[in-house]
Amino acid sequence: MNDETIIRVEDLRKSYQESEIIKGISLTVREQEVVVIIGPSGTGKSTLLRCINLLTRPDSGRIWLKEQEITAPHTDEDKVRQHIGMVFQDFNLFNHLTALQNVTIGLTKVLRMDSREARDKGLWELERVGLVEKAASYPAQLSGGQKQRVAIARALAMDPDVMLFDEPTSALDPELIGEVLGVMQKLAREGMTMLVVTHEMGFAREVSDRIVFMENGYIVEEGPSRQMFYAPKFTRTREFLGKISELYGENRPGEMQ
Amino acid sequence: MEFLKDLIFLINYLLQGTGVTLGVTLIALSTGFLFGTLLAVLRVYGSKPVARFAAVYSTLIRAVPVVVIIFILFFVIASIVDLSPFLSGALALGFASAAYQSEVFRGAILSVPAGQMMAARAIGMSRLKAISYIILPQAIRLAIPPWSNEAAIVLKDSSLVFVIGVPEILRRAQYVSARTLEPFIAFSAAAAIYFIMTFLVNRGLDFFERRYRILM
Repeated sequence: MNDETIIRVEDLRKSYQESEIIKGISLTVREQEVVVIIGPSGTGKSTLLRCINLLTRPDSGRIWLKEQEITAPHTDEDKVRQHIGMVFQDFNLFNHLTALQNVTIGLTKVLRMDSREARDKGLWELERVGLVEKAASYPAQLSGGQKQRVAIARALAMDPDVMLFDEPTSALDPELIGEVLGVMQKLAREGMTMLVVTHEMGFAREVSDRIVFMENGYIVEEGPSRQMFYAPKFTRTREFLGKISELYGENRPGEMQ
Repeated sequence: MEFLKDLIFLINYLLQGTGVTLGVTLIALSTGFLFGTLLAVLRVYGSKPVARFAAVYSTLIRAVPVVVIIFILFFVIASIVDLSPFLSGALALGFASAAYQSEVFRGAILSVPAGQMMAARAIGMSRLKAISYIILPQAIRLAIPPWSNEAAIVLKDSSLVFVIGVPEILRRAQYVSARTLEPFIAFSAAAAIYFIMTFLVNRGLDFFERRYRILM
């Protein structure tokens, strides 16, 4: 593992109206590291991811992408987002574009790559998620799992420094979860830096390097996955892990090939 | 025999106005499309004063009869800048249609799911790029059915430019009626031509709607 820091978050805070969603979070993600954020619903996990790629403006605190402080005034947000891939819970594929066009539109319109080069790159990214034969299909013609894999390819095409996953399997039928987790596991093996919000404990345990347990806008505990699963320091972490494993199961058959 | 000859002359004479009617309609619809889309985008994504301006424009224009707008443009504006009756009539219809079309497109933009904008921004698109490449292409497809309605209305409203002397179908029908003293035949023929044109336009737009439908 490399020691270069990709994402550094320092004392981040965010409120909506009266309620503070994120209450001073600090977090570091190093190159090639896979960090999983777990925690009950409504504890600010998604908001944290959205702050990191500036889709949501934090109220205070600072964020760095590599050496650049992206919360500094006059930061070119569009430029920053080109380097941070994001995968959403409900896919958000562009409905009027084919799978291939979904992947290439960022290349042609944002990076101004010429269309033939973009096409080659797009097909290669679809190949990476195992969907090259669906290149000409529209989102409505794809299953949920396929949509999410196209969404991953779309983010990968921009060659991001880090990939953020916001509950990427929560909107999927159980039998489709495995194919998406499989792609994510492959990415992790290839050395992609990843920050993943998920309830998939099997993935957290098998693939992640570090687990962050968030609750009520705070980080309760973080540590190497093994330690978090087998010897968490806090009772609250143990309770949550116990409950979540009961709810979701630790391993689904065929999940981790 | 005489009657048949008159009828052929009448139809022929009215059809010469079809070009003018179609010209007025085309200019009005495209002007309305450009301004209408712009107004809709400003209303949804513009800063507060800009959005307010667009809303006021739409409310104001829709509250005034189209004929009044035609008169204003022809007698007031056209006396300052050099505009032919044809052009000032077509533009007046276009500015009026822009207000209605802005409502159509605003509704369509708002019915594009919010996640589309977020995903576009997430791959590094600016707001303007996201609007141009992601939001509008979807909104315009969604807008085709209500837009066809507006297109038929503008086609028929193009007859209103007769009040400033543009020789389109209705104006010509009126000439014939005054000369032959056969208003029934003259205006029925005009009605038939309008019907056929509206019918064809609706058919054409139905085709576009099916061709570019987005499966959701």
